[in-house]
Amino acid sequence: MKKDIKILGSGCTKCKTTYDNVHAALKETGIEATVTKIEDLEEMMKYNVLTTPVLMIDGVAKIKGRVPEVREIKELLTAL
Amino acid sequence: MFNWLQYFADWLIYSVFGISSTTHLGDALNFFVFDSLKIFVLLFVITTIMGIVNSYFPVEKVRNFLSRNKMYGLEYLFASTFGVITPFCSCSSVPLFIGFVKGGIPLGITFTYLITAPLVNEVAIAIFAGAFGFKVTAIYVITGIVLGIIGGFTLGKLKLEKQLSPWVQNIINNAQTEEELDEEQLSIIQRLPYILKDAFNIVKGVSIYIIVGIAIGGAMHGFLPTGFFEHYINKGQWYAVPLAVLMGIPMYSNAAGVIPVVQVLVAKGVPLGTAIAFMMGVIGLSLPEAMLLKKVMSWKLIAIYFGTIAFFMIISGYLFNFLL
Repeated sequence: MKKDIKILGSGCTKCKTTYDNVHAALKETGIEATVTKIEDLEEMMKYNVLTTPVLMIDGVAKIKGRVPEVREIKELLTAL
Repeated sequence: MFNWLQYFADWLIYSVFGISSTTHLGDALNFFVFDSLKIFVLLFVITTIMGIVNSYFPVEKVRNFLSRNKMYGLEYLFASTFGVITPFCSCSSVPLFIGFVKGGIPLGITFTYLITAPLVNEVAIAIFAGAFGFKVTAIYVITGIVLGIIGGFTLGKLKLEKQLSPWVQNIINNAQTEEELDEEQLSIIQRLPYILKDAFNIVKGVSIYIIVGIAIGGAMHGFLPTGFFEHYINKGQWYAVPLAVLMGIPMYSNAAGVIPVVQVLVAKGVPLGTAIAFMMGVIGLSLPEAMLLKKVMSWKLIAIYFGTIAFFMIISGYLFNFLL
């Protein structure tokens, strides 16, 4: 099943690094996913975040307020 | 406590590099090596301790705690103290602001948190301790907490809700206190590798600022005569403190970059309170922060917010000059 990945963050460098790391992790694992970047504040607040960046996989906030490393994202993606 | 680092710096510069301790260059390099090492050691230790504390009080818990408990004013103290222990990045300030008011936390308490969080955090504490010792650090932390409480309380009394952007006002009207938490349950032992890794990343992230800051500081330390600034800035000039804060606001740096410079300013004759007021202006208020806050509040509120905080920073500057 295709995974649904969302990255929430208002465009700071940390959020961009997260985005790049997610792509790197997807490439290395060969997992297919739709990656959405949510930068609009009003949209972001619907997900009830307090610290950015947030990495959501299939609707669950996995990482909050810090940049996950590629290896970590790979672990999260292959966990299930 | 840091004698061993001083021995190391002396050995490295005077023996290994063979630069005499009586030269300006030797003095500057020795200061640079000793100060960088000391600050990096402190930074790593304090960031790790904060990481452990923070793993028990993540910001989500703080928010829920503040929104559930009405404590006759004590919540200002809690908000300010939480501001110290939770890590803070200015890019998170807006989501945090909205998250707080959405949880039904009054505007004044939200401001308290927003004031203290950048002013007193793990990086600032570590570098401050490295530069000025633990007594001055303790006074600084307490000043930061009190500043947050008084500043937030004042802003709360001004009834500024109308100055928020309409969509934020909408959120306030639909505020709800209960939020479910989907927490990952990990023991402290399981968390420790992550905490250490995060601490390492924080140190890595600010290291460039520290090195540049200490390099500037080291150069000034070695080449400017002691008391150099005393001619220009001294306690007798009443306008020095306000001027220091006003000069600091447009400058944008974090605690890591500015404290080593401030340390040298003090060593060369700038009164400590004036230097700290300058530092607070630099790290506590900044133009990029104003731009971010524009998304949730009117210019008028931003001006009131900055004005109030600047006012209390000036007061703290005078207080420091008076006390120390």
